[in-house]
Amino acid sequence: MTLAKRIIPCLDVDKGRVVKGVNFENLVDAGDPVELAKRYGAEGADELTFLDISASVDERSTMLEVVSRTAEQVFIPLTVGGGIRTVEDVNRLLRAGADKVSINTAAIIRPELINEIADRFGNQVLVLSVDARRAETASGFEVTTHGGRKSAALDALDWMQEAVTRGVGEILLNSMDADGTKSGYDIDMIKAARSVVNVPIIASGGAGSLVDFATALDAGADALLAASIFHFGTFRISEVKSYLAQAGYSVRE
Amino acid sequence: MIAVLDYGSGNLRSAQRAFELTGHEVALTSKAEDFLQADAYVVPGVGAFGACMLQLEAIGGRELIAQAVATGKPVFGICVGMQIFFESGSEKGNHKGLGYFSGDVSVLKAPILPHIGWNDVVVDSNLFEGVEDKKFYFVHSYAAKEVVKGANISWTYHGEEFVAAIEKENIFATQFHPEKSGDAGAKLIKNWAKKI
Repeated sequence: MTLAKRIIPCLDVDKGRVVKGVNFENLVDAGDPVELAKRYGAEGADELTFLDISASVDERSTMLEVVSRTAEQVFIPLTVGGGIRTVEDVNRLLRAGADKVSINTAAIIRPELINEIADRFGNQVLVLSVDARRAETASGFEVTTHGGRKSAALDALDWMQEAVTRGVGEILLNSMDADGTKSGYDIDMIKAARSVVNVPIIASGGAGSLVDFATALDAGADALLAASIFHFGTFRISEVKSYLAQAGYSVRE
Repeated sequence: MIAVLDYGSGNLRSAQRAFELTGHEVALTSKAEDFLQADAYVVPGVGAFGACMLQLEAIGGRELIAQAVATGKPVFGICVGMQIFFESGSEKGNHKGLGYFSGDVSVLKAPILPHIGWNDVVVDSNLFEGVEDKKFYFVHSYAAKEVVKGANISWTYHGEEFVAAIEKENIFATQFHPEKSGDAGAKLIKNWAKKI
């Protein structure tokens, strides 16, 4: 009896619509996040992540409606990130039907936000998303903002440790170097993170082949998040899981 | 009608919908007159044990649950909504629970916490019929770990053994989230609803 390693597809949502092409046959509306959430749920996704990339607050209110419709139809955990600045933002998303929220830049700007959210809702609802890359910092990894374009002048491992102390329940570790390369997860970064934090680590960025998933788990990841390889149909979630099951990893069938 | 006790924040929408799939009407409520009219009761719960008890006490929830249990109708506790049925919880200080089950809810001794994700359950309840070998979705750091006299206990392991589900008379409660456990959770809820 062991906790299964989780496979999590991530959908970028703008004004209530999925952006980045999604290559699925037989979908009535491939731009509808709810349709895709249902599809991924049926294929064995262990959780879903929506990243709201809407630019304005008005556009973000559309996300609440997307979250409600998803929660009413898909009975697996849903994490929502993007644009969360306050405890009230979190409350609205949870009431709409999200199970967890992920925060990134807002926590860098004002780390107390982590304490405030954790105190009110518990640390299990809070995922810290860290966009990290290799750099000349103490650990060799730094935090970035603006999709990896700017340095946040923070050592990535220091930041993760501080965030866990403040109350995050999980870390979503995005390698900005590996992202989009399809050359595999940044194994050194996962190992470094695993050696300093005792909350679950969701690895993201770089998955290109089936063996990449296994290698990331060996490095200490508890869950694996991917976007384009699932959206473009490079691999089905069920293929990833069969591969991992045959290789001896615990997955949910 | 199934009443879901609404006494704080958190995701109740999924719970409402998941229980609606049994064909019963489901009401989210904190009003005594509505809650007590129900044919079955759901007690959800998120966040810390103590904070949850405070929110519950603030709406007179201790008495509402006592009356619900006393009707003999089915009662379903979920996650922290299960934990508060125990005597006490030691999350962020020591807190008194509702005391329906003996024992304390304490932090899991595991290298990685929270325990988040899908795990197996060694079942001891007819309510798991058809899903005995399925995984269910957990998200918590604290758990009950002792045998409760007169109760059927289903166990899970994460660092140590803990209570994944407990059934005693008309109270059934799970540490995992059936409403987030896909088809397996839906089946469990359906099995429970047959008692209504």
